[in-house]
Amino acid sequence: MRCGDFKENYRKDEQIFQSIFVKFWLTLFFIFLLIFPFIANHYILYVANMVGFAIIGAIGLNLLTGFTGQISLGHAAFIGVGAYASAILITRLGFPFWLSLPFAGLISAFAGVIIGIPSLRVKGLYLCIATLAAQFIFEFIFVHWESMTKGITGIHIPPPRIGSLEFSTEKEFYWITLFFVVLGVGYARNLVRSKMGRAFVAIRDRDLAAEIIGINLFRYKLSAFAISSFYAGIAGALWVTFLKVITPDHFPFILSIQYLAMIIVGGLGSILGSIFGAIFMTLIPELLNYLSEMVKLYAPGKEEIFIPMKEVIFGLSIVLFLIFEPLGLAEIWNRIKNFFRLWPFSY
Amino acid sequence: MDILLQIIVTGLAAGGVYGLIALGFVLIYKATSVLNLAMGEFMTLGAFVCFTALTQLNAPFYLAFALTLFLAFFLGFVIERLILRPLIGEPIISVIMITIGLGLILKGIMYMIWTPSFRTFPKIFPPKPLDIGFAVVPSGLLWGFIFAITAMIIFLIIFKFSRTGVAMRATANDQQAALSMGISVKGVFALSWSFGAIASVIGGIVIGNIIGISVYMGDVGLKVLSVIILGGLDSIGGAILGGFIIGILENLTGLYLDPIIGGGTKEVASFFILVIILMIRPYGLFGKEIIERV
Repeated sequence: MRCGDFKENYRKDEQIFQSIFVKFWLTLFFIFLLIFPFIANHYILYVANMVGFAIIGAIGLNLLTGFTGQISLGHAAFIGVGAYASAILITRLGFPFWLSLPFAGLISAFAGVIIGIPSLRVKGLYLCIATLAAQFIFEFIFVHWESMTKGITGIHIPPPRIGSLEFSTEKEFYWITLFFVVLGVGYARNLVRSKMGRAFVAIRDRDLAAEIIGINLFRYKLSAFAISSFYAGIAGALWVTFLKVITPDHFPFILSIQYLAMIIVGGLGSILGSIFGAIFMTLIPELLNYLSEMVKLYAPGKEEIFIPMKEVIFGLSIVLFLIFEPLGLAEIWNRIKNFFRLWPFSY
Repeated sequence: MDILLQIIVTGLAAGGVYGLIALGFVLIYKATSVLNLAMGEFMTLGAFVCFTALTQLNAPFYLAFALTLFLAFFLGFVIERLILRPLIGEPIISVIMITIGLGLILKGIMYMIWTPSFRTFPKIFPPKPLDIGFAVVPSGLLWGFIFAITAMIIFLIIFKFSRTGVAMRATANDQQAALSMGISVKGVFALSWSFGAIASVIGGIVIGNIIGISVYMGDVGLKVLSVIILGGLDSIGGAILGGFIIGILENLTGLYLDPIIGGGTKEVASFFILVIILMIRPYGLFGKEIIERV
């Protein structure tokens, strides 16, 4: 009797859908995602959309930080660049949403490459500080370049449409989000098993050694920044189109930290981890909102305690995961899966 | 001309405070190679504790100050023991993120205890500004400067002459050698965190005195990053000199660029300077250039 999942060649080892069970469960899950909007209410669909944007953004950051090892404290800035690019293209130049989206991604990728240039000279701590500076510089630009961004008054964005079909409610937008999440996850999952993905991991593990075995650091580090920012730009453009309004307040430093928290809680260097982390980190504030509503109902005046709770829980989850489970939720998931895979003969 | 001199003097005084906070960063980085991004929150906490002791307990300033320093010492010690020690040897992203997480927790807790409202510090220094002929130094900045410089000198003396100071320098130089000479490296780590916390709470009290205190005061801590990058992450002298340079540059940009761009340049100037330094001379003025070997 086979008592394990053995791979006999590299091809099998690199397969995305490793076994018939995986295919079965994924199909089932996908069908669930398709019927989901018909059973959920507005609020749950709103949260689902938010989770979707967070997944796209978190995968982008994980490709850069988790796979390539370049720490970025400025992810919110790239999300902001994509969001503003899309908003300005739509409202100023009359681009349709669908065309503005790839442009938003490309402009954001360009910004990412610019910020990535210091990564060729500095790394680790210094790069982290450079991206932190980028975050604040971009925030400053969003507020002060008023002729373009309209400053703190913000820009209103019309909903996307195909012909006469308008995507303005949560339910209609869900389809757009779902499409891009599936596309984003699929691309990233393929990328990490390609030549480029292996180069990223080699750079993370030891960049000098990677260079010596023939990996072009210049090219791959900048590619990592570009791809990561492209994802961020798409996430940002989708997000603000969904919200129908964009202001500089949407992209504070705390958002960058939130994205980093997502990939740490989910698992660095794991696509599945980014998804888990995005779900976890998006649900927590919503759960707190819900709790605060409940408290407001039963003990009015006491709900104020929940305002700072969000930051405390973000901080706590970062600290606790780093100390007790550095590989994140993805690792917990793997352990559970492995336990049941060979159950009851797990030896 | 007069306004230029005035701006430079103000910048110098503000730079002294930056230097002190930068010293807090450097003290921790030198010994433990951890960049503590929760520094701003340490600062805010110090300011709040001192403020509460002054207003709620009606303590005289020197007592409140001593209490704050004691708490900072304790806080640094506990944080090192509970949070940083399990991470020794972990990749750099873990260490950075854990200090960010720590900052978030501290910020949230302070928000719960003291609410986000803005407070002004009770007057603890004589309010008379000092006129030095060609410029006038506001009282808050002047006393802040005096405090910062005194604290720096005390730290330098401890580092140079005391047994603990020598142990700390030895650890910063080579951890293994220090360990084999019988120095308790773990003890030094804890002590560095305590010293770093003390430096930052003094900075917090001084800044709170000048601009008032609120939960969001900690953002100054991030601005100080440009100071330590300019001076070099592991150089105490660099931190102090860098503080003065950034203080002056920041005030100068405020003077010359604000009318052109329309306000707010002072807040972001230090980050521009930071990027430029990173591009030209990443290890700063006096920092140790790391040469990697495979």
